[in-house]
Amino acid sequence: MTAQTLYDKLWSSHVVTEEADGTVLLYIDRHLVHEVTSPQAFEGLKLAGRKPWRVSSIVATADHNTPTDHWDEGIKDPISRQQVETLDANIKEFGALAYFPFKDKGQGIVHVMGPEQGATLPGMTVVCGDSHTSTHGAFGALAHGIGTSEVEHVMATQCLVAKKSKSMLVKVEGQLGEGVTAKDVALAIIGKIGTAGGTGYAIEFGGSAIRDLSIEGRMTLCNMAIEGGARSGLVAVDQKTIDYVQGRPFAPKGENWDKAVAYWKTLVSDEGAQFDSVVELAAADIQPQVTWGTSPEMVTEIAGIVPDPAQVKDPVKREGIERALAYMGLEANTPIEQIAIDKVFIGSCTNSRIEDLRAAAAVIKGRQKAGNVKLVMVVPGSGLVKAQAEAEGLDKVFTAAGFEWREPGCSMCLAMNADRLEPGERCASTSNRNFEGRQGQGGRTHLVSPAMAAAAAIAGHFVDVRHF
Amino acid sequence: MKAFTTLNGLVCPLDRANVDTDAIIPKQFLKSIKRSGFGPNLFDEWRYLDHGEPGMDNSVRPLNPDFVLNYPRYAGAQVLLARENFGCGSSREHAPWALEDYGFRVVIAPSFADIFFNNCYKNGLLPIVLPAETVDQLFKESVAAEGYRLTIDLAAQTVTTPSGQSFAFDITEHRKHCLLNGLDEIGLTLAQSDKIRAYEEKLKAEKPWLLA
Repeated sequence: MTAQTLYDKLWSSHVVTEEADGTVLLYIDRHLVHEVTSPQAFEGLKLAGRKPWRVSSIVATADHNTPTDHWDEGIKDPISRQQVETLDANIKEFGALAYFPFKDKGQGIVHVMGPEQGATLPGMTVVCGDSHTSTHGAFGALAHGIGTSEVEHVMATQCLVAKKSKSMLVKVEGQLGEGVTAKDVALAIIGKIGTAGGTGYAIEFGGSAIRDLSIEGRMTLCNMAIEGGARSGLVAVDQKTIDYVQGRPFAPKGENWDKAVAYWKTLVSDEGAQFDSVVELAAADIQPQVTWGTSPEMVTEIAGIVPDPAQVKDPVKREGIERALAYMGLEANTPIEQIAIDKVFIGSCTNSRIEDLRAAAAVIKGRQKAGNVKLVMVVPGSGLVKAQAEAEGLDKVFTAAGFEWREPGCSMCLAMNADRLEPGERCASTSNRNFEGRQGQGGRTHLVSPAMAAAAAIAGHFVDVRHF
Repeated sequence: MKAFTTLNGLVCPLDRANVDTDAIIPKQFLKSIKRSGFGPNLFDEWRYLDHGEPGMDNSVRPLNPDFVLNYPRYAGAQVLLARENFGCGSSREHAPWALEDYGFRVVIAPSFADIFFNNCYKNGLLPIVLPAETVDQLFKESVAAEGYRLTIDLAAQTVTTPSGQSFAFDITEHRKHCLLNGLDEIGLTLAQSDKIRAYEEKLKAEKPWLLA
């Protein structure tokens, strides 16, 4: 038999039917649901008189619209509240394996909640009406975001109409330097391949630096596969994956556990498997990253400078940089370390897990946020992450530094709730998108790792966390 | 789903690369639980000079005269001409909903982000990939000639310029069939229910933990 990639294995084991043009019905094992992209899908089911094909595949939570403070006052914005209540009503009517509603202790960002509940398992196909579903590929699961029509299609049929992507191996060999994290690896990869570099591909991340990452680090990396254009990112299963999953609420038990583990151990690319594209990075070359523009590919090292569009020949690229610098309020050739910030956001499905919060807290070391920094928000990814952080005393470290310790949710990653930047405000953010207006109309976002965000909060400007 | 066969439509050139779905329809409008009504907020932050929120009367908001969609010559455009990596970012289907609700039926670009590209087909909106040089030519022609229209023929898989120059584009047979006939994809899939059940029987035997 020919050597197969991990993606080949995951794909072929989920094909229900295949048409002559390669279009397949792909069976979906896990369907994660949140309040923003599901109401129209549930409405579609109702209008057509359909029911979910397999209710036990659905795991749901409310995350995008939920406030991160004053939970006792509920959701003040009436349209946000209606959307969350619509999910409550839909789950009540249609059912789910599990639902973590607003204020539940298991509630959280869907991509933090799924893995911590063991609802995401190796070898699964995982979909969600959310582009950051690529996160779950960290478990050797084939996971990607879908639109609302597809949410309805998966609910009604347990399948997705899909075509196989090409495969890309992104190989990072060697050892990451001190202070260099999975977030920096993700941004460095996007800087290299561009935001469309992975379009049409499923990316497998491999190499010794990836094997050395924790499961949470792998989630950060796969989370940002979509920012490189790839709908799904993958990391092969190893003992770390299996150890992470064991004992979680929805993980298999007893005899099923042993069977599952035996299967999961096969979820690696075979020796000699062919990829359509291979990209290689040396771990030792990767420095802490900071974005300067309005696309995640507009990124450089902390020691770098804002680029000069006059040096760029391609007119579309040059205009893109000029527009980005105008929006960001930055001058060409400004050293990154001289960029002062107004706000800091530590959170999002990229960087709101316990290891992220530990990394941010470790940087603070009894120091205070800088005077020019108006607000530092720390938003844990879920109720369980919050409880864990509080058990470790991290909340006290943050509040002592003048940071705000919030309730879990998507928060200022996309600013659908009340947490947002005001026009012109500049933010060091651990989230995943620095698009115009993403964190609030006119807001200026710089993507960084949790440690770099915490260091910037203390310094008042970007600073190399390794010399901090 | 609305069927798509042929279109002769006015072209609006949007000359920026990496247009993301946050720009196509900003997050505050995603709070709606409906599928329709997003057109007035398409490209909201570029199109208006004030800050848009759901529930506003968009007809009285100050328009940004420098944004191409607001040029009188592009009023009623049905073909959006765009640059590379159009529709990147979030999976929000509200982006194609907004484009379709505004009146666009076709988006032409050198490349699209995968999820957006896929979402278009579910809504009778045809995304067409043409080579970068061709798109560049169409940009130049549409800017030079007021009232520039393109003819799109899905069955023939061609885009034709006013001078009669024709460009072929690719589409999978499955998508073409669904779009030409405006088919309900869920209905099509449910017609294969027996195969889905057979797959699940196999799963129950081989990977029982997945159905637990």
